[in-house]
Amino acid sequence: MPHIPLPPDLPGIRGAMAFRPETARPLNALVEILLTGPSTLSRGERELIATYVSSRNCTTYCHSIHGMIAAAHLNGDEALVKQVKTDFTQAAISPKLKTLLAIAGKVQQDGKLVTSSDVEAARRLGATDLEIHDTVLIAAAFCMYNRYVDGLGTDQPDDEALYRERGRRVARDGYVTVSEEYLAAHAEAAHA
Amino acid sequence: MPHIQLPEGLPGISAGFAFRPETAAPMRQLAHILLHEPSSLTPGERELIATYVSSRNNCQFCQLSHGAAAASHLGDSDVVKQVKSDPQSAPVSDKLKALLVIAGKVQLDGKLVATADIEAARRQGATDLEIHDTVLIASAFCMYNRYVDGLGTWQPTDPAMYAQMGQHLAKEGYRESSIKRPVEQPATVA
Repeated sequence: MPHIPLPPDLPGIRGAMAFRPETARPLNALVEILLTGPSTLSRGERELIATYVSSRNCTTYCHSIHGMIAAAHLNGDEALVKQVKTDFTQAAISPKLKTLLAIAGKVQQDGKLVTSSDVEAARRLGATDLEIHDTVLIAAAFCMYNRYVDGLGTDQPDDEALYRERGRRVARDGYVTVSEEYLAAHAEAAHA
Repeated sequence: MPHIQLPEGLPGISAGFAFRPETAAPMRQLAHILLHEPSSLTPGERELIATYVSSRNNCQFCQLSHGAAAASHLGDSDVVKQVKSDPQSAPVSDKLKALLVIAGKVQLDGKLVATADIEAARRQGATDLEIHDTVLIASAFCMYNRYVDGLGTWQPTDPAMYAQMGQHLAKEGYRESSIKRPVEQPATVA
């Protein structure tokens, strides 16, 4: 049961966004830029960072949906996503992404834990300043989204098929487009 | 030394914002809605929630700038210090104390917020929207704090700079930068 009355048909962050469309707009705009905007990191790589941080925060809704969005970008490779969640050092991803995940893991705990040697390790493998910036911000932002979803006690179904289907849609259409649909539908329902 | 090449003379989050204006826009907008736009919680109360969470995350820049904004709204800097060190004995309303308990739990982990915490806030008159905004302010500052610290931004200690920032933030909000020109950085700290 959510701590405040959220629309029952919208699980996870979607219920919270429908409850407060004013804050939903910048929240969606930020995730859209970070995870789908132009970047030298692929969409799959950025979703893996979001998934990894959400998994470390133990937020079921976020790590399940972003894991499925990542898989949709990575030829449906759900096994790779699971491997990144459990032990990314053994995952079949680039050494550069591994160094960025190490930075993201520290930001998830406390930004002050990121050291110059973490950043140098990423640079040696070709990471740019913008990639390092975006890794820090993706990790920081998911510490927000995860707490928002958990702190309101939102409904977080345990249903792989639901996340898989939704993940494909978000991977195809992006966050803002998908959110506009359910925000509009809910606003209509609220005024009906 | 920041971990990446950030514009010089810009303290804390303003350097991250100047480095990446595309992400700065929604981050500013979010802070503006949560802390500055009309709400049944006063701007001073909301700045206290932001300050408390930033203080628990040990983020110097955020706790000093939002503490200064809170002090500017409330005309009182002692209450800011008291909220940081022990909110339950601070001279704030019982409702705000209950909301600060929720914010403190969100700062650690959103899953720690219990039904009893929500009921305690409701008994003091907190509305659903106030509870929502408290959870989101606390969550958002877990982002801003990590962003500021994770980039290794320059976080000055000069109280005068923060007092000036606080006045600007209290008056204008978060849409535009409160740092109008580069701040003189102390000569190399070797």
